[in-house]
Amino acid sequence: MTMVDKADPGEVENDEPTELALIEERKFEKRRKIEAFVIPIGTVICLLIIWQIGVRLFGVPTYIAPAPSDVGETLFSQFPLLLKNFWPTLFEAVLGFITGNLAAVLIAIAFVHSKNAEKAFFPIAVFINTIPILAIAPILALIFGSGLTAKVMIAALICFFPTLVNMVRGLQSVSPQALELARILSASKSEVFWKIRLPSSLPFLFSALKIAATTCVIGAIVGEWIGADVGLGALILDATFNYRSPLLYATVFMSSGLSVLLFAAVTIAERRIIRWHT
Amino acid sequence: MPSGATNQEAATGLPPVAASLTNAYVRFGAFTAIENLSLDVEDGAFYTILGPSGCGKSTLLRLVSDLIPAASGEVNIFGKSTEEARLAREFAFVFQDATLLPWRTALQNVQLPLEIGRKRGVKIPISDKSPSELLDLVGLSGREDALPHELSGGMRQRVAIARALVCKPKLLLMDEPFGALDEMTRDHLNLQLLKIWKETGVTILFVTHSIPEAVFLGQKVLMLASHPGRLREVVDIDLPYPREIKLRDTPEFTRHAAYLRELLETC
Repeated sequence: MTMVDKADPGEVENDEPTELALIEERKFEKRRKIEAFVIPIGTVICLLIIWQIGVRLFGVPTYIAPAPSDVGETLFSQFPLLLKNFWPTLFEAVLGFITGNLAAVLIAIAFVHSKNAEKAFFPIAVFINTIPILAIAPILALIFGSGLTAKVMIAALICFFPTLVNMVRGLQSVSPQALELARILSASKSEVFWKIRLPSSLPFLFSALKIAATTCVIGAIVGEWIGADVGLGALILDATFNYRSPLLYATVFMSSGLSVLLFAAVTIAERRIIRWHT
Repeated sequence: MPSGATNQEAATGLPPVAASLTNAYVRFGAFTAIENLSLDVEDGAFYTILGPSGCGKSTLLRLVSDLIPAASGEVNIFGKSTEEARLAREFAFVFQDATLLPWRTALQNVQLPLEIGRKRGVKIPISDKSPSELLDLVGLSGREDALPHELSGGMRQRVAIARALVCKPKLLLMDEPFGALDEMTRDHLNLQLLKIWKETGVTILFVTHSIPEAVFLGQKVLMLASHPGRLREVVDIDLPYPREIKLRDTPEFTRHAAYLRELLETC
């Protein structure tokens, strides 16, 4: 019986790779990470150089297509203006992100607990999702006026559907055996929800949140197009109509930066919260 | 035996029968999964359950554990209905798949039964051993903070066993718990399970499809027959404990295994 006495489990189930192989793998992993970083950056730099040379070589007027150097210069000199318009858009996008996803999560929970709620409202959700955001934006502007609310609602609406679908799938992704375990432990409905269903749904929720992190910026900018005097959307319209192309490009760059920022924030949150998926 | 059992029950207040089934039927629609099964499971004994596939081995465990209802007949666990026994945590279940929650560490998985199902006004028994001592008992000391995906299949199943023991069950239901493991790991876990059985005195119902495993572990083998699922024979395995792996090479072991194999062919 000595074998049983708290024997080192590694002796019997030695399926871990050896240390040497691990070191080799880490080296390979490190090289791969550097390559994954260097190759795309290098490509972007090359394309920018080609663009710069092309614009100068063919003498393209700045108002049609500015050179990267012009855009860079504007980005630098107009940075206070850009930043002044960045904050309202960030604010609308984040508020829309929170509103849309919160609504989607709560409705998904209702759907999972009541088949009738799903039957009643899911087709409506699908229908609303089929309306192009550009077509529904004026309607929301009419309802909510030209203030903050309309922009937040448009951003919320664009986040809503992917999160709803993913969250419903996530909440249903619990293995039947985990539910049997819960039954044997006489778990209540709310315990099953908080201890099993909700954590199981988190990987699904985060894939939806990553989509929402970029689309909510689109929503906020579209909202600003309908009627606003501040925000990146307003600045895009202003720069376009005044042929200030370098400023237009710089604003687009800022918009993209905003999406990247939100996406990165969601990704970091995901890494911290979900440690169980390899 | 029945009259003796009643006397003892009256005298000590402790029924010597862990679970008793009387003319139990389980039906899924028109399909009869278990037909007229009557059985007294002796308290503290180790039962292994064998039978051809589709004979209702798992169904029997699910019936006893209140996962499915009996169509007719009676099932009692320590004198309680299956539902009462479930609420009082008289039994624990170990599935073929460890069924650990992937976001919880090994220790947190063992603690799960202490966190849920406690709002029903029924007092839940708690093992004298703490969750981390239970992980020690199954040979996982030092791996308390590992997440399930960081553990091998055998280690995950040990966590599942520790989790099953945390509420000090009097009856342990195991549905092919080592079926998906390699032979070395399975041998090791068989020995460990016998040790746990001896230490805790828990009654075990252990479903397996391996004849050697059934003989090696069990005091009694319940042989089920299929179409419909019914109890064919209760075979006593009169091999002494503690049992060691080399027991498998003895003629007595081979004799039991051969008998069960022949019996299985007629089921």
